[in-house]
Amino acid sequence: MGDGIDCRWTPLARHLMKDYVSWGRYPKAIPAAVHRVHWTDELLPNTTCSLLPYGNGRSYGDSCLNDGGVLLDMRDLNRMLSFDRSTGVLRCEAGVLLADILVLAVPMGWFLPVTPGTRFVTVGGAIANDVHGKNHHRTGTFGQHVLGMALRRSDRGIVLCSATENTELFHATIGGLGLTGVILWAEIRLRPIANHAVDSETIRFPNLDAFFDLSSESDRDYEYTVAWVDCLARGNALGRGLFMRGSHAAPQERLPAPSGRTRSFPVDMPFPLVNAWSLRAFNNLYYRKQLARVHRSITHYKSFFFPLDNILHWNRLYGRRGFLQYQCVVSPESAKESVRALLEAIATARSGSFLSVLKVFGNRFSPGLLSFPRPGVTLALDFPNQGRRTLDLLDQLDRIVASAGGAVYPAKDARMSGEHFLQYFPRWKEFQRHIDPRFSSSFWRRITTRI
Amino acid sequence: MRHILIIGATSAIAEVTARRFARDGDRLYLVARNPERLESVASDLRLCGATQVETMVMDVNGTDRHVEMIAQAETVMGGLDTVLIAHGTLSNQQACEASFKETLRELQTNCLSVISLLTHVANCFETKKRGTIAVISSVAGDRGRKSNYVYGTAKAAVSVFLQGLRNRLYRSGVNVITIKAGFVDTPMTADFCKGFLWASSEKVGNGIYRSIQRKRDEVYLPWFWRWIMLVIRLLPEGVFKKTNI
Ligand SMILES: Cc1cc2nc3c(=O)[nH]c(=O)nc-3n(C[C@H](O)[C@H](O)[C@H](O)COP(=O)(O)OP(=O)(O)OC[C@H]3O[C@@H](n4cnc5c(N)ncnc54)[C@H](O)[C@@H]3O)c2cc1C
Ligand SMILES: NC(=O)c1ccc[n+]([C@@H]2O[C@H](COP(=O)([O-])OP(=O)(O)OC[C@H]3O[C@@H](n4cnc5c(N)ncnc54)[C@H](OP(=O)(O)O)[C@@H]3O)[C@@H](O)[C@H]2O)c1
Repeated sequence: MGDGIDCRWTPLARHLMKDYVSWGRYPKAIPAAVHRVHWTDELLPNTTCSLLPYGNGRSYGDSCLNDGGVLLDMRDLNRMLSFDRSTGVLRCEAGVLLADILVLAVPMGWFLPVTPGTRFVTVGGAIANDVHGKNHHRTGTFGQHVLGMALRRSDRGIVLCSATENTELFHATIGGLGLTGVILWAEIRLRPIANHAVDSETIRFPNLDAFFDLSSESDRDYEYTVAWVDCLARGNALGRGLFMRGSHAAPQERLPAPSGRTRSFPVDMPFPLVNAWSLRAFNNLYYRKQLARVHRSITHYKSFFFPLDNILHWNRLYGRRGFLQYQCVVSPESAKESVRALLEAIATARSGSFLSVLKVFGNRFSPGLLSFPRPGVTLALDFPNQGRRTLDLLDQLDRIVASAGGAVYPAKDARMSGEHFLQYFPRWKEFQRHIDPRFSSSFWRRITTRI
Repeated sequence: MRHILIIGATSAIAEVTARRFARDGDRLYLVARNPERLESVASDLRLCGATQVETMVMDVNGTDRHVEMIAQAETVMGGLDTVLIAHGTLSNQQACEASFKETLRELQTNCLSVISLLTHVANCFETKKRGTIAVISSVAGDRGRKSNYVYGTAKAAVSVFLQGLRNRLYRSGVNVITIKAGFVDTPMTADFCKGFLWASSEKVGNGIYRSIQRKRDEVYLPWFWRWIMLVIRLLPEGVFKKTNI
């Protein structure tokens, strides 16, 4: 297929190229060409440029971008291959969206073992970033539920890998950032559910200590836990927020309907709607959104897991300059102090976002060599791109994370230094051996320039 | 429930249409050349909700097998009421200019094989006095251009053949639909640079599904090609021959 994609691009092609951005729309990277993969038996395109699979572009930074190289658009490789209704084992092509799996599986009583905060990611992307969800303390990462997969490599053709076959490559590919070859299909084990509802509770908490108490209490009894924090609150109120916990509901007489219709954020805002004033107003109001301290409800899984998916293109809110997302994890030993230090730095800078999220990761180790989740506490939030000012703040956060034995999530990164990456991901050397010689990404070049 | 035969079922456009049918719970009989690809499409359609999905591996240029294939589809599905013909190759114009053999092969795949299929399907539906026949033709058949007139010739012949067929089968209650597709981003056009006139296979595949439901006669997909082709057809030949489109 596609013999001889050369590395030039014509003005005509520009129109399509602009669709290939990451979710934060920062940094900008223009591929030399895009090759859409339709079939698992297709050979890799014949080009001298480097290659990188592109899932659904839901990574925020540059890990799904390949400036000057060729992107392999995986979204047409989206067929369901088999599903065993008695065991919940699904085999599907790598471009299938998690949303499609839910449409297929939920009516049959099965659910994704791990769901990130959006269902519009591909299976290949979920594996390549070894994504996590609100149930990390129970079930670990997405990669831990992958039974096997087929990988196309430029040097070895199709390679099947699993926990028992080509094991090292399997482990390198889980969280492998798309660099170990193209995932063609994967087999994953779903988990059974009684219905599509989630039995959930939202609890207001006044400060960081209360968050830690609620977490340790809830992680025992609830499958899903996560907290929204008011990233502008300071002093005694530092770390205040809303704690959400839930489990798949028991059989119910009346099931909730999916919430509201989907809207789309229509245009790029000429100026970002996120500023110090709107942030303060939102955070204050959101903290008080429920009258009672505890609010219990049986909700549709979509409202519980994917509140943001109802607003398509919400990233346009940040305007043309885009935004930077920051997600880190800090080790359990010093978690309280480090999270406090991080929140203080953010509140002092009066930056940050509407949605800041805090969660305790469990003692679940993924086999992925570059997997981000590890025991500790994770904080995620986005920052409107204000240039130097934002980058300096993030560097400051990085120093706190590095000294707390933590890590920053590559899926959400556009700026971490190579030195920090090597420190955060000590198994990178082992990983490097498995990189496909023809593959590279903007992210990988950025963090390895000084290795 | 429909009983649908799709020729060229591994086409990116046809696959989108087939998924819509599958979600409706229809029965499908899929014909294509590549067995592995055909099987992956079939598995997906089964999981999408199709009541039955059967496949046959076949090169449509083996026209002597067409009767048998159509009969087989009807037998295993227990009926046949809808046919979608989607196979095709984008001819290499330069190669065709250099060789009549090459031209003949392209005409065979894009035109004669279609006419053979239509002949048998038409007779079958005419006696039943019902059915829908949809064929993917192309805007390239609306006017000959130097860049791809061999492909255009084949599609033009198919479009004219369908006009006649529609006229003939009208009295038997058989619906004949000509799909005039514009530029679609599919494996067939993988090596082209895509500009603003290009549509996705989703858009066109869904348009075909709607056209079949609404029993249309001739549709341009996307719609704006009707107007583009109107202008292009109106250009006098003396002007047109000097253009580079
Ligand atoms: C609103 C929102 C909420 C989110 N919440 C979470 C969360 O809770 N937890 C979490 O972990 N993440 C979360 N994310 C991040 C997101 O889940 C990951 O970035 C995910 O990997 C994106 O998948 P994608 O299909 O869009 O892939 P892309 O972003 O396009 O690509 C991601 C990586 O996968 C590689 N890749 C894609 N397809 C293949 C393939 N077939 N073979 C090999 N490599 C491939 C790419 O090369 C790239 O390195 C969130 C993102 C958004 C926008
Ligand atoms: N893409 C466009 O811009 C465009 C525009 C106008 C019209 N069309 C028409 O749309 C239809 C579908 O094309 P597409 O764009 O979806 O391209 P596609 O994905 O490449 O599909 C073409 C299909 O035709 C099959 N085919 C070719 N020769 C065959 C043969 N001898 N026997 C059996 N099957 C054969 C191919 O199967 P193999 O895999 O076995 O080759 C392939 O599945 C075609 O009729 C095309 O002419 C396309």
